[in-house]
Amino acid sequence: MADVGSELIARLRDICGERHVVTHAHQLKTYESDGLLHYAVTPGAVVLPGSADEVAAVVGACYAAGTPFVARGAGSGLSGGALPVADGIVIALSRLRRVLEVDLDNGRVVVEPGVTNVEVTAAVAPGFFYPPDPSSQIVCTIGGNVAENSGGAHCLKYGFTTNYVTGLEVVLTDGTVVEVGGARADLPGYDLLGALVGSEGTLAVVTKITLRVVPVPEAVRTLVAFFDSLLDAGEAVTAITGAGVVPAAIEMMDNLAIQAAEPMANAGFPLDAGAALLVELDGSEQECDARFEEVEAFCRDAGANEVRVAADAAEAARFWRARKAAFAAMGRIAHAYYVQDGVIPRTKLGEVLQRISALSEEYGLRVANVFHAGDGNLHPLVCYDSDEDAERAAELSERILDACLELGGSITGEHGVGYDKKKHMGKQFSEPDLAAFQMLRCAFDPHGLANPGKVMPTPRLCGEVPGVYRRHPLEEAGVAERF
Amino acid sequence: MPSASEVVAARLVSGPARIVGAGTRPWGRPVNAAALETAALKGWDHEPGDFTVVIGAGERVSEIGARLAEHGQMLALDPPGHGTVGGLVATADSGPMRHRYGAPRDLVIGVQMALADGTVARGGGRVIKNVAGYDLPKLAAGSYGTLGVITEVAVRLHPRPEAWATAVIHHDDVDALQRDALRLARMPLEAEAFDLRWDGGRGSLLVRFAGSAAAERAAKVAGEVIEDDEDVWAQQRARQRGDFVVRVHALPTEIARVLRAVPGATAVGRAGVGTIWLQVPSAFDVTQLRGAITPLTCVVLDAPPSSRGTDPFSLKARPERTLASPALAVDTLASHFDGDDGSTRVAAGGSTRRS
Repeated sequence: MADVGSELIARLRDICGERHVVTHAHQLKTYESDGLLHYAVTPGAVVLPGSADEVAAVVGACYAAGTPFVARGAGSGLSGGALPVADGIVIALSRLRRVLEVDLDNGRVVVEPGVTNVEVTAAVAPGFFYPPDPSSQIVCTIGGNVAENSGGAHCLKYGFTTNYVTGLEVVLTDGTVVEVGGARADLPGYDLLGALVGSEGTLAVVTKITLRVVPVPEAVRTLVAFFDSLLDAGEAVTAITGAGVVPAAIEMMDNLAIQAAEPMANAGFPLDAGAALLVELDGSEQECDARFEEVEAFCRDAGANEVRVAADAAEAARFWRARKAAFAAMGRIAHAYYVQDGVIPRTKLGEVLQRISALSEEYGLRVANVFHAGDGNLHPLVCYDSDEDAERAAELSERILDACLELGGSITGEHGVGYDKKKHMGKQFSEPDLAAFQMLRCAFDPHGLANPGKVMPTPRLCGEVPGVYRRHPLEEAGVAERF
Repeated sequence: MPSASEVVAARLVSGPARIVGAGTRPWGRPVNAAALETAALKGWDHEPGDFTVVIGAGERVSEIGARLAEHGQMLALDPPGHGTVGGLVATADSGPMRHRYGAPRDLVIGVQMALADGTVARGGGRVIKNVAGYDLPKLAAGSYGTLGVITEVAVRLHPRPEAWATAVIHHDDVDALQRDALRLARMPLEAEAFDLRWDGGRGSLLVRFAGSAAAERAAKVAGEVIEDDEDVWAQQRARQRGDFVVRVHALPTEIARVLRAVPGATAVGRAGVGTIWLQVPSAFDVTQLRGAITPLTCVVLDAPPSSRGTDPFSLKARPERTLASPALAVDTLASHFDGDDGSTRVAAGGSTRRS
């Protein structure tokens, strides 16, 4: 056991029961990484509370002991956001998995954080669904989705987790339980929901979530078009969105991704296609039909060799299987890979793809491209086969992020900053931006106990003013003076 | 040459400010401080292919529509009046399109703010999908200028539909109106807007459709279809403002209860969201309304001077438990951004944080 005091451990056992506090070294190993396996830290202890009250008591005990804590859902995150702290506690929320309330008249469902993403839709089916659908939706939890502001393939049209959370019950870092928002919408006061969703566990621990769910659309139409190159497929995307079509999803895969995914998914994708473009429209029958014809035409005009329209839901599901299998299937063509998560303004798609291709050549490493084409969210998979290549693959992956930033984008579209990307925050944000982030963090967590060492690029204490006093540029210029 | 944002930031260092956009939302407590006008905060950087635009906070929302329509696009925020973009975000105001496209928080993808310490900070960016850093754009939305002066915002745009049509369903009973609203809300209508209006005894539900098949889809919902429907929606927007207007945050299942709480009231509201704007008589007692609709939150927007004293930013209107924490008093947040000397550095539209 690391530096967690025996008094705190005893207290956690009192709160949650002996069997829900993990302290054996080999058992702790289960929790040393999240979905990003490059990083591993053995926590001091892991506690599995069984109720919101227990979570509050656990956080209160950590606060009293001055011990940092990391909340963890399914551990499927890809940014090291749930990476433990060596002298801290992991609070695993996997036992809080009840659907507490379903209110379809108002389009609301209330769940505990350990409920998985697909279980929300299951709870409101068949008339309603919960739109944010990360590829890991079978295992990832709503608590984790809230922490990361998860997206998914359908967020171009439907929005992200933050657009669906109307209320949260959270445990603040001192163990106090507060409710933010609720079932009702647009309440006055600071949008603390907006601040909490996507805060990666650094502001509070979520114990209850009220979500908005929406009626299942009347019609869904899915097609996949195959092109000689990604650039041709990109032309089709430009034409489709430029015409004012907002597809439910518009996803692209390159040849390498197709080669990896097809043998696993058996979707019938041609292995020699340069790119596959998966387009899904949904909505009213009339609108869907009219728009779908346009989409088909745009694909052919952009040079599609073949356009396949899903005849039924089963065929559409096969198309989707190829797309969603892409990450997992990479193992078939490479020993190991890095998944990147960068964003560019969609109009820069061609440019960024050329840069990625040039980088791939420069490093002599293969890069497979899978992405949400509608919103410019790229997931290049940098493949490598030997340990000697790992460092260079990581470097290539980082240079892709630099390219995204140079083109006006972002270092993360849905995986989060976590531990992995905090070093890039200073490239995307200025010192005053980071200082504002720090003020928000300190308002919630003045002692730096909630998931420390994540998101912010350099550790900073609350109340610490970064740098020395400097004259404002306007004072220097003699335009203004300080009173 | 300092930017307009830097000038604003430097101004904040010199002391408290009453932030004034177009001056169209004189909501909240009066602030005893010199005015800081945002009119100089101009800017327009539109990238049609990305469906995004970066706009200076001093630009007027009503003037944006025509510029975007040239490109077949729109900003899906349609609050009443002719306020500025900064004022719209600072007050989180919205109109009928809230039903489908969300509130300002849902469409603002980036924000630049001048802070009380004289710095200019940004959050978000200009891409639609972005989870890097804390979500300052959402925190700015509805903050009434108490965290800083919003100097620039980046927003997501949507395709502007080529046609609209509105289905009208009349009701003379609040319970029947509510039942019908719930029935429609469960249908996959993909409506652009879904409103109610009530004129002390009779009213209607209005469902607006867009796209080439708009009229056809409207006809499936109701017998009465208005194809040239601009005026209908302009009226809905206009009735969110008035001499004495109280906004009530309800659920769709609470519509009848709210409409009944003020006898003879006229109202408009978002039938699928649950937010209702009540136009009430000048001698109206808001305290009584609050009692009648507990635990619902209501906000007095426009009011005669005699009935003022209710802060639109008032957190007292919310359940006490939301303020229960010593660590997270909302004031703590404001004090981090706004200096912790107890003075009110930044305040907007007549509103101020409690100090």
